[in-house]
Amino acid sequence: MKDSIEKSIELKAPVERVWHALTDHRQFGEWFRVKLDGPFEVGEVSRGHITYPGYEHVQWEARIQAMEPERLFSFTWHPYAVDPDRDYVDEPPTLVEFRLEPISGGTRLVITESGFSRIPEGRRMEALRMNESGWEEQTSNIQAYVEA
Amino acid sequence: MSRPSATVAKRDPVPVFAALGDTNRLMLVLTLRDGQSRSISRLTSDFRMSRQAITKHLHVLEQAGIVRSRRVGRENHFSYVPEPIEDVRSYLDRVCEEWDDALSRLKSFVED
Repeated sequence: MKDSIEKSIELKAPVERVWHALTDHRQFGEWFRVKLDGPFEVGEVSRGHITYPGYEHVQWEARIQAMEPERLFSFTWHPYAVDPDRDYVDEPPTLVEFRLEPISGGTRLVITESGFSRIPEGRRMEALRMNESGWEEQTSNIQAYVEA
Repeated sequence: MSRPSATVAKRDPVPVFAALGDTNRLMLVLTLRDGQSRSISRLTSDFRMSRQAITKHLHVLEQAGIVRSRRVGRENHFSYVPEPIEDVRSYLDRVCEEWDDALSRLKSFVED
């Protein structure tokens, strides 16, 4: 049990094609199954609603963090995946990153979603006081713990 | 896991991740994971930390449901509760599954 997940996939399509599938909001919506109100813009909140059958009532909301052409697309959000009826507003968001890399015959896409261990705001001070070595190290500790 | 998914979804994973995000607490969890309960005095001597520090860490773990305490004579004994960690594991498994589904749709989308 890490505090992040990582997925890697090889796609038989050029990087440019994959980049557009990720960052053109209509194309993104096609495969992600979300109807977005407008284009993605760095620093802005993207809104829409899920079109996945059975989840149409679920709102999509994400803040676009980075768009480095054909390299990196990232946003923060409250993962809707687990329970569509639940209000995630009080929880810290996770960071979703799509990294693209050309490979022979196509594109390697690596997706990471991280930040599941972020501390709720109200408890941050207490945790900082008790925690001397910083989150990065802590995360690898959890990883080592789980993978041992 | 045989636990119904509704139960899994209800537990907030964030406090569990946060509680585990500390070397000392992680060591406490590793020690208590053998199922044996231990007193604060015992843990204090094992960990060479102050009683106060151990108490604080155990309290955070208890708040997250990862350990429970039981009064034995004049002392509190702490023991490991496996469910919260199993739950966050399955939480991540489900996030992974969602991404697997999305990625297979992306694959057909760009390869068609």
